[in-house]
Amino acid sequence: MADNVVVADDEVDLSRRKFLTNATIATGAVGAVFVAVPFIESWTPSERARALGAPTELDVSKIEPGQMTTVVWRRQPIYVVRRTPEMVAHLQGHDAALKDPTSDKSDQPPYAKNVLRARKAEYLVLIGTCTHLGCLPKQRFEAGSPEMGPSWPGGFFCPCHGSRFDLAGRVFEGSPASVNLRVPPYEYPNERTLLVGADEKGAA
Amino acid sequence: MASNNGPAAGAPLAGNLPKRKGFMGWLNKRMPVDEFIAEQLTGYYAPKNFNIWYFFGSLALVVLVMQLLTGIFLTMFYKPGELTSFDSVEFIMREVSHGWLIRYLHSTGASAFFIVVYLHMFRALLYGSYKPPRELLWLLGMLVYLALMAEAFMGYVLPWGNMSFWGAQVIVNLFGTIPAIGPPLVEWIRGDYGIADATLNRFFALHVVALPLGILLLVMLHLVALRTTGSNNPDGIEIKEKLGPNGKPLDGIPFHPYYTVKDVVGVGVFFILFAIIVFFVPTFGGLFLEGPNFDPANPMSTPEHIAPVWYFTPFYAILRAVPDQRLGALLMGLAVVSFFFLPWLDRSPVKSMRYRGWVSKTMLTLFAVSFIALGYLGLQPAEGIYVLWARIFGVIYFLYFWAMPFYSRASVDPVKQVPQRVVFNAH
Repeated sequence: MADNVVVADDEVDLSRRKFLTNATIATGAVGAVFVAVPFIESWTPSERARALGAPTELDVSKIEPGQMTTVVWRRQPIYVVRRTPEMVAHLQGHDAALKDPTSDKSDQPPYAKNVLRARKAEYLVLIGTCTHLGCLPKQRFEAGSPEMGPSWPGGFFCPCHGSRFDLAGRVFEGSPASVNLRVPPYEYPNERTLLVGADEKGAA
Repeated sequence: MASNNGPAAGAPLAGNLPKRKGFMGWLNKRMPVDEFIAEQLTGYYAPKNFNIWYFFGSLALVVLVMQLLTGIFLTMFYKPGELTSFDSVEFIMREVSHGWLIRYLHSTGASAFFIVVYLHMFRALLYGSYKPPRELLWLLGMLVYLALMAEAFMGYVLPWGNMSFWGAQVIVNLFGTIPAIGPPLVEWIRGDYGIADATLNRFFALHVVALPLGILLLVMLHLVALRTTGSNNPDGIEIKEKLGPNGKPLDGIPFHPYYTVKDVVGVGVFFILFAIIVFFVPTFGGLFLEGPNFDPANPMSTPEHIAPVWYFTPFYAILRAVPDQRLGALLMGLAVVSFFFLPWLDRSPVKSMRYRGWVSKTMLTLFAVSFIALGYLGLQPAEGIYVLWARIFGVIYFLYFWAMPFYSRASVDPVKQVPQRVVFNAH
């Protein structure tokens, strides 16, 4: 009978038993972490979402000077503004009122890290979601417009929380947003065509 | 349940239960039904001096059950998905028999849940119910509150109206303010490059399966902790310290039938008020269901101004009052998390406000006023005077918590003598 097998207390190697128990628990925990990986990764954008996030084309020659058009790239509105020379001129002289005039803290490709925040002075390409909490800033292009005040150089105003940006997407002091509007990767395959979502480094 | 044998103080009741025959006897051998009822209901003694503030715990349980039931029925007709969600909600409202009623019960129930929970939490602040030995009870309750916030937020996204969409946009982007891991974390939560079908479907799964399970588990633990320490009461006196000859608290009465009957009255009054809202003002002037949510989600058009449903607006007002986005999100989080620290921030030797001085009473009053004021300000556009007031009330809000270690001390806020027995005038 099995109950005849009695092990005296002093014959039990408790440290060995404890080690084996802990080793089993540790192995199980490592296994649990590995099993969690596929579940966590299932939440990343699917293949379909990635395919739908492919670059978008736009014929920029069709935009009237001083006007803006919106294209959709990766479910985000991309603002494309054809800036007039006056608009470009208005970008000078208010650096002191900006949070990040040289775009050091902001998010843009290297070719847009300049005063105009663009590859070409004429065309401003921005991701049209506020860097505060993602609302869509509205057009306030007219310099000194009555609702924005006499010193307003023209730009964007976010209706949700009141962030203000100039016509290079640079954020003004006193806005809840702390960085400039983001610039997507883009390039001009030819004179008329804008390709959003791809540049020399390939598709984003 | 009273037994002539007179059990020793603290002795388990189960031993004194009468032996039952027939079906109940068969059942009791396999599952401790009578023992459970005796320990948790008829033999559980609650303080006899409960007042109106003690309705809201049981009411929260009633609303939870109602939300589960109406929610189950809504999932029978609702179809999660970018292309189907909005239409299926309209289908429920217009074509499913009594679909409108089931949905309004659920949507009004969400607001009712928060009203009841906020009053339940205020009761704890008023009578010091979070103080030792009830710290864990308080923490578990706060976890229920956190889970409830997530549940309510995700539920609000499901109809896929324009406010659903933009509310989700704003809240999910809050995670983007976390340094380094923020942007990839946001993409992971959304499962796409914007709030999309993938986001909606995972919110649906969390709203109808994961979070309700979590809430049920936490509520159960909350109740287990409550039955372990026993309820606090308006006097903040531990009734377990004065036991009668039967080993039961002298100032306690059996939970059943006394408080079950009392709670049923509360449930009756609650449902009268609830039905008035459901049948006559289900949107509650845009507070319970917001106007812009009757437009389908449109990623290319932001509503005029985005405001969450009223129960989040105190925190939203704090978020918008701060000119820096990362700090704003941080303070918003802190506004919620501060509650967790209350048991350790409160240095007063007494629990109940009844026996505290004017400093604590004033601070609690100011806190309640600023919570309501922030709730109002969070609904207003973030400009001019509204932002200024949100900053003022935001400071008061945080002072209540983080100045408490100083102002709650007896040296600053002298306390009155707490009586030996609870104050109770028999009717």
